[in-house]
Parts: sequence; structure tokens; C-alpha cells
Amino acid sequence: MTSSPYSVEASGLVKRFGSTTALDGVDLIVEAGTVYGLLGPNGAGKTTAVRILATLLAPDAGTARILGHDVIAEADAVRRRVALAGQAATVDNDLTGSENLRLIGLLAGLGRRAARTRAAQLLAGFELEDAASRQVKGYSGGMRRRLDLAASTLVRADLYFLDEPTTGLDPARRAQVHALVRAMAADGATVLLTTQYLEEADQLAGRIAVIDHGKVVAEGPPAQLKSSIGAGTLQIRLADPARRLDAEQIASRLVGAPFKPGSDPAVLTTTVPGDDATGVAADRAAAAVAALYSAGIAVEDFSFGQPSLDEVFLRLTGQTNTFNDTPMEAAR
Amino acid sequence: MTSMTDAAIPTPKAAQSPRGGLPAGPRPQPPGPLAATVAFGWRALLKIRHVPEQIFDVIAIPIVFTLMFTYLLGGAISGSTSQYLQFILPGTLVMAVLLVGMYAGIGINTDTSTGIADRFRSLPIWRLSPVAGALLGDVTRYLLAGGLVLALGTAMGFRPPGGVPGVLAGVGLLLLFALSLSWAWTTLGLVMRAPQAVMSTGTAVLFPLTLASNTFVVPQTMPGWLQAFVNVNPVSHLVTAERSLMYGHPATGQILLVLAACVLLTVVFAPLTARLYGRGH
Repeated sequence: MTSSPYSVEASGLVKRFGSTTALDGVDLIVEAGTVYGLLGPNGAGKTTAVRILATLLAPDAGTARILGHDVIAEADAVRRRVALAGQAATVDNDLTGSENLRLIGLLAGLGRRAARTRAAQLLAGFELEDAASRQVKGYSGGMRRRLDLAASTLVRADLYFLDEPTTGLDPARRAQVHALVRAMAADGATVLLTTQYLEEADQLAGRIAVIDHGKVVAEGPPAQLKSSIGAGTLQIRLADPARRLDAEQIASRLVGAPFKPGSDPAVLTTTVPGDDATGVAADRAAAAVAALYSAGIAVEDFSFGQPSLDEVFLRLTGQTNTFNDTPMEAAR
Repeated sequence: MTSMTDAAIPTPKAAQSPRGGLPAGPRPQPPGPLAATVAFGWRALLKIRHVPEQIFDVIAIPIVFTLMFTYLLGGAISGSTSQYLQFILPGTLVMAVLLVGMYAGIGINTDTSTGIADRFRSLPIWRLSPVAGALLGDVTRYLLAGGLVLALGTAMGFRPPGGVPGVLAGVGLLLLFALSLSWAWTTLGLVMRAPQAVMSTGTAVLFPLTLASNTFVVPQTMPGWLQAFVNVNPVSHLVTAERSLMYGHPATGQILLVLAACVLLTVVFAPLTARLYGRGH
């Protein structure tokens, strides 16, 4: 389908808006036919990166080639082969859902009849049939998002840019969008999606780039990324705070990491090192809890979870120490 | 408008890709500049159909002025209401069409500030086709606004000596001027931050220009400083040209002046609009 082995080749992208630097030297390589996740908090530069790659914005420095075409010199060649679903749902509020799709269909090169047929198909597929002849200004955020996605799939593209496609969707619809992304990849297309959700990137993307303050702070397959920052947080609440020292001694040896001092003496918190040659993170956590039980130290409750996106960012941006002994909320 | 919740409809096929999700067949050839412009023209007409109240909000003023000035003051100013109507109507027609022109700027500003312009820019179409297509909407709005005022005038007894040809010539010149002025509105729409800002700037400029003109009374009775303003006010010249056409004795000098203004507005603001729109935000 594409001659270049890479769908996206960007190097040294810089973009400034006034005194803010939105992108500060971003390099990205996306292999053709894969799903690639751009992960980052609000304002990290994800949308700016997508806008540059989709030929909507010229970078102040750096170059980008999409499907082998330069985004500046060959913008039109790029536009003939990509599709974009924007974060600010890019549909016309005054028009109805059906009219929106028919308009974009005409502009994508479909004939009048083909545009009408395809619009009806997509409205049914995205469960917007009932709202098809209502003005979009009365749509909910989720409906608008779905209409925007539908508009991006009116005609086939070799590369889909999906900017936070699931933000504002309920879990069932989020799963549908995930299925759509997989279908795009199965069709041979490349998908570049941005998201704030680690688990979403984890489920969908073959590779992830984490963006923060306009820079790529980590890049690689999701598993590698997660293990590099630790598998997750283990939290154990003791029945008797007086046994804390004993408990820490036993558990930290099995977990392979020290416990952090906390405000509640009854609660032990640590970040379990990621899966590696010496074992699996979840096994370590389970062994630690079991050992406390064997040693007769009563555990009131415990939890073990994947690192949150906050943890990933704080860790990757070198701010590990700022939330040593504070709950996550306080560290934000 | 009530907004609907997503949870309202159960979704049995939770993890399936939406039906008809991906298109079958290869991507079609993108439309040429004309086809794309026509598509945007269709969009502009749809917007007028869905939001007609926009036009009526704005032209309510010239309509009320036509009624109020004619019946309230017409007799006092011109001796008879019907005589005054012949005098005022070309001016209120100009007022209505110029006020409606603001929507050219509001429309383009809404597009760029809501992000739909992003989608248009991401498509392989002539970059300016959204602007070119919107002109069709402008023409329709001008004709609607002008037609309403003329219909009202005719019902009230507007019978200019120039007859139908004179009125048509007047409408033609006014349409040409309004379309040329559209470029100034689109430029303004692209530099202002929000649609409301375009609207308030528009009214702040248009009201003094349309009121302090020769629309309602001849300037001879005004104080000297106001006369000076009214005489240089471009709206006055436009109204004079309109009157001359509708009264059946075209004032060539005034008409040429209006045509020159059309050329000037287009030469300055059309390239500016193209540049600002092409550049993106």
C-alpha cells in the first residue's frame, strides 16, 4: 500500500506559540501498518504534534515526512492519503449529523449518491441514526465525538490520525473505538493515536511515545515502558501499626524495594520493580503479603495495581521524590 | 436544546467495530476546486435554512426604522409619508444588506475557532474553497435581506420612478458592493478572537456609518460638523447611487465611485483573507 516502510518520520520538530514552547525537538518514527500511541497529559504537545503531521501547522524547526511525503512541500500528497479525527470535535454545529457526513463525503471525493449512502451506513454503525436529522449543536459530547470519528472513516486512508478518540466516551463505546482502531490496522493502515490513558495505549499500540513538555521522554513497546518504571504500587494496611518495622523488613526483601515513609503508620506503600529475569512483579507482591500472614502479622487489606499515568509521568520526568510520602492527589 | 446522554441506548455489540466502520474500495479522487466550492456553497445554504433567525435578528432594525421613520416622522420631514418612503427606502435597503454582511466574518471566525476549519484543511481540496463557497451563502443572505425590505417597501407604497429596471439595477450595484465588502468582513473574522467580537466590532462600525448618513434626512439641515462627516461617509455615496438608479436618473459619478470602492475593497481584502486563511491559526 505504501512505498515507504515508515508512515511517519519526524525529526527535531519544534513549535512555539508566543513564549510557550509546545514542541521542543520531537523525533518520531512510526512503522507502516502499526498502531502507535502518543501518550501525555493535557498540554504536553500531543495535539500540536498531530497537527504538524497532518499538515495543519508548519513547524518552526525540524522536518516531517508522512508516507514518504514532506508535510510542507508535499502537503497535498499527504492529505490525499491521511484522515484526521480531531480532539476539538471538528463538525459543524449548525448542520445535522447526516449533512455533516455528506458534506465531508463530497469533499473527500464521493459522489452525491455515494456520500449519502456512506453517511447512512456510518450513522447506523456509530448508533447515531436517531439523531441523524438533528442539528449537531444538540448532540452530547460523546455523540459529537462519534460523529467526528465517523467523518474520518468516510473514505479509506493509509494513515489515520486519531487525537484522543475515546475522551468523553462511555466504556462500551470506548471498546467500539478500540475495535475500530484494530480494524484499521488489520486493513493495512497505520494509526497514530493520542491518549491520556496508559491502559488504552497499552491495549492498542505496538509502540508508545510518552510526551511531556514538548519532549519525548520515553519510547518503546508498552511492556518495556511499564517495566522501566516499575510494575505498580503495592499498598498494605496493617491491623497493628506497632508491627510496622517487622512487616517492612519481611516484605521489602520479597518485593525487592524499600517501603516509603507515609503519614499513616499502619499503611505500607512501595513501588514493585517491573517484570525482569528475577521474577514477575505480581508474584513478588503476592509473596510479600503471604509472608506477612505466615509471620503472624495481621493484614487488614492490601492492593496492587498497575502504575497510574501520573506515576509514569512523575517517574519519567524525574520527579520521583515529590510524592514519596504524600497521597497522589497532593502530588498533582 | 436538550443534550442526550450516551448511556440511554443499550449497546449489545459492545466490542464490535461499528457496522460499516471501514470503507470498502479504494479512496476516490478528491474533488476539483469547483466541485469543492459547490459543496461549500451547499453547506452555506444549509446553514441559512437551519439558522434563519440570524438574518431576521439583524434586519429587524432596518425594517423597524423603515416603519417608524415613515409613519412617525415622514409627514413632518417630507410633507407626506408616501413621499418620505420614496426617499428613505433605498437607504434602509442599503442598511439591511450591509448589516447582514457581518455574517461573512462571523461564519469564517466560527469555522476557525471551533476546529472545523482544521478538518477542511486536512482534506485534499483547494484551500480557499471554504471561503469561495461561503460567498454563495453571502449572496443568498443579501438577496433575502434586500428582498424583505423591498417587499415591505412595496407593500407600504414604494413606487420609484425608475420602475422595476431601476430597482433591479440598484439591487445589482448593492449586491456587488456588499460582496466586495464581504472580503473585509472575512479578513476581520480571521483576525478577531471570537464570533461575538466580530459581531460587536461590526455593529460598532456599521451603526454610526448607516445612521450618520443621508439615509433618513438630507444633510443640509444638520450642523456643519455632522454634514462634513455625512458627506465623506461612504454609505452616503452608496445611498445616493442607489437612489439615482431607482429614481431613473443614474448619477454616473456616484456609481463609478461605488464601483471604484468595490475594486479597492476586493483588491485589498480578498488577498488578505486568502493569506490569513491559508496560513492557519
